Amino acid sequence: MKHILVARVENKPGVLNRVASLFRRRGFNIDSLTVGETEVPEISRMTIVVDASRTDATRVVHNLYKLVNVIAVEDISEQPSVVRDLVLLKVNADARTRPEIIQLTQVFRGKVVDVAPESLILELTGEEDKIRSFIEVMRPFGILEMVRTGIVAMTRGSSPNGHAVARGNGSVV
Amino acid sequence: MELTGAEILWECLLREGVEVVFGYPGGAILPTYDAMNFYPVRHVLVRHEQGAVHAADGYARASGRVGVAIATSGPGATNMVTGIATAMMDSSPIVCITGQVPTAAIGSDAFQETDVTGITLPITKHNYLVTDVHDLARVVKEAFYIARSGRQGPVLIDLPKDVQIARTEFVYPEGPVELPGYQPRTVIPPEDLERAVELINSARRPIILAGHGVLMSGAMRELREFAERGRIPVAQTLLGLGNFPASHPLCLGMMGMHGEAFVNQAIQEADLLLAFGMRFDDRVTGNVKTYAPKARKIHVDIDPSELNKNVRVEVGIVGDLKAVLLELLPHVEPVDRSAWLEQIDEWRDDTRRRDILNWDGGGKLWGAHVIHDLWRATEGNAIIVTDVGQHQMWEAQYYRHEHPFTLITSGGLGTMGFALPAGIGAKLARPDDEVWVVAGDGGFQMTQAELATAVQERVSIRIAIINNAYLGMVRQWQEFFYEKRYAATPLVNPDFCKLAAAYDIPASASPGGTRSSPPWRRPAKWTGPC
Ligand SMILES: Cc1ncc(C[n+]2csc(CCOP(=O)(O)OP(=O)(O)O)c2C)c(N)n1
Ligand SMILES: [Mg+2]
Repeated sequence: MKHILVARVENKPGVLNRVASLFRRRGFNIDSLTVGETEVPEISRMTIVVDASRTDATRVVHNLYKLVNVIAVEDISEQPSVVRDLVLLKVNADARTRPEIIQLTQVFRGKVVDVAPESLILELTGEEDKIRSFIEVMRPFGILEMVRTGIVAMTRGSSPNGHAVARGNGSVV
Repeated sequence: MELTGAEILWECLLREGVEVVFGYPGGAILPTYDAMNFYPVRHVLVRHEQGAVHAADGYARASGRVGVAIATSGPGATNMVTGIATAMMDSSPIVCITGQVPTAAIGSDAFQETDVTGITLPITKHNYLVTDVHDLARVVKEAFYIARSGRQGPVLIDLPKDVQIARTEFVYPEGPVELPGYQPRTVIPPEDLERAVELINSARRPIILAGHGVLMSGAMRELREFAERGRIPVAQTLLGLGNFPASHPLCLGMMGMHGEAFVNQAIQEADLLLAFGMRFDDRVTGNVKTYAPKARKIHVDIDPSELNKNVRVEVGIVGDLKAVLLELLPHVEPVDRSAWLEQIDEWRDDTRRRDILNWDGGGKLWGAHVIHDLWRATEGNAIIVTDVGQHQMWEAQYYRHEHPFTLITSGGLGTMGFALPAGIGAKLARPDDEVWVVAGDGGFQMTQAELATAVQERVSIRIAIINNAYLGMVRQWQEFFYEKRYAATPLVNPDFCKLAAAYDIPASASPGGTRSSPPWRRPAKWTGPC
C-alpha cells in the first residue's frame, strides 16, 4: 500500500537536504517527494509517498519529527483526500496519428500544450492510476520524453493538513 | 551595545553558564579566540580536535551540563567528526563551534574550507551555518536548548570568519526559545498507561531493562521504587550501569553480548520486559528473531522513533521516563514473585561458580582482577572513564557501580581513544571526585597526546592502562570466529612508564606474574600502572 505523508516544514535553506539525507541514511525507500510553497510564506509543504511494503511509514513519520525544521507530519492515506500528479508527455505524431492522439487526450481530459510537425506535448493531471493508463495508451505512438511532478495531496473538508499539534506518539524529539 | 560576532558568542556562552571550553585554534576561528581573552572562561588546549569533543562529552556526561568544544575550519572541524558521532550515538549534550571561511568565499574551495554542516548533518541532532551576525545570539541559545532537551545530543554551529568580525547591537533573546518544529514535551496517553499497568501486575516473570535514559531523565529513585514495589529484577545496559545500585538484591547487572549468561537467560525466560530508557541495541538483543520470545514488551523512551524500531512491543510509551514512572508507580501492585527471583538466583549461582574472580589466575595478572582491585581500592566511589575493548567489558562486569554517573564510556559508537580526553573533561566537571581513566594499550595510543593536555592544565586524573600487548577484543573475535588467525592484533608498545616520564607523570608497572596490587592509592597526581 502507498502511504501519503504531508509535512509542513520551515522554509529555510537546507531543509530539503536534511529530509533527503534522513531518507538516505535510514534506508527509506520513497516513491516521490514534492516540495512547494504554502499559504504561509515561512512554511513549505512536502508530499511524500512511501511504499509501505518496503518502508514502514510510521518510522518515516517519527524520524521526520526528529528534524528540528519539520513542524508537523501527517499520514493522510486513510483520509478522504484529493491526490494529484501531473505528467508532460512528448509523443511522436504525424499527420496520420495526430487526430487519434488528440482525441484520446480529450477522453482523458488532458491538454495538448505544444504542436510540432513531428510531435505533440500532452499535459494531464490526475490520480496516479489515470496517469499510468494514459501513459500506457500513448506508448504505442512512441513516447519521446516524459516528466512527472510527483504526487501532491490535500484532505477533503475544511481542516488543513499538517496542523496537528504534536501529541502522544507524534511528539517531537 | 555594539559587539562583534565573536563577542556575542562569548556573551551567549556565559549566559548558558559555560565555564570551561575545550578547543584548538586556527585561522578561521581566530577572532573568537582573540575575544576570549576578555571573558572569564577557562579554555583547555587539547592536542587534537577529536580530544576537544571527547573532553566536552566527558564533561557533559559527568556534570549533566552541556559541554563545549571549539575548532577552526577545514581540518580542525573534520578532526571533530569522530567525537561528534560518539556523542550522537550516546545522546550526549554538547555544542561544537567551528570557524568557517568568510561567507563570500563559501563554495569556492577556499583554503581550509569544508562543508562542515554537510558532513555533520547525519551525526548531529541539529546544526547551523550562521551567515548573518544578527542571527547569532538566537542560534547559540537554540543550540544549547536543543542539545540539552528531549533526547539530548550534539549541536554544531559553523561560524564564518566575517560573521565573527561583523558588529551589531547585542540584544540577547530573553524568553523561551521558539522553534515551531521542536516540542520536546510530551503528553502520555492514559490508555497506554492503563494497558501497561495491566501487563505489569499480571506478569509472573517480569524483568526491567534499565538503560541510559534512567540517568538522562534522573529517574534513579523512581526506578528503585518501581522495582522494589513490584519485586521486579533489574538488568542494565552498558550505559545504564549506575542507574540502580549494584549491591541491590534485585540488581542483575549488565545484559547482552558482554553481560553474564544468567542475565540473558532470565531475559529469554521472562514473560514481560519493561524497557526503560534503552533502545534494544543489537549488542543487547543479539538476533532479534529469537530475542525474548516468551515476553511481552513495554517500551518507554523519550524518542518515538525508537519504539518498534528493533523490537516489536505491545505497549510503547513516549515520554520522559521519570514522568512516566511517577504515573505508573501508584498502580504497581506488590505481587509475590519469589519463585521467579529464586530461579534467577539459581542461574546466578551457577555463573558465579565459574567466575574468574574465584580462580587464582594461574600466576598471571588478569584484567578482571585488576578491575576488581581498582573497585576495592576506590571503594566503588570513583568515576571510571573507560576506553573500548576487553578492558571496557571487564570494567562493566567487575567494577560494581553503586552510584549514578560513575561510568563514562563510549557505548553506541565504541570509539577507541575516548577515555583519556573524556576523563580530562570529567575531572574538570567534577574536580572533587576521583577520576580513573581505564584504557587498553591499543586505544590509549590513539589519543595519548592528550597526556600533555592533562599536564598543561593540571588535571589530576589517574590512568590505568590494561596492557595485554594486543588489540584484545579483536583478538578475542579472531580466536572464536577466525580460527586463531591473529591478523594485525599483536602490538609492539612503548614503555608506558617511560612515556609517562617524558610528560613528568609518575608511573609504575605491575608486570604479569603475581597478582600484585598496583599502587592505586599513591599520593601522586597521576599514576600509570601498566
Ligand atoms: C577507533 C576504533 N578503531 C577500531 C575499533 C575496533 N576495535 C574494537 S576493540 C579493539 C581492540 C582494542 O584494543 P585495546 O585498546 O588494547 O583494548 P583491549 O581489548 O586489549 O582491552 C578494536 C581495534 C574501534 N572500536 N575503534
Ligand atoms: Mg589491549
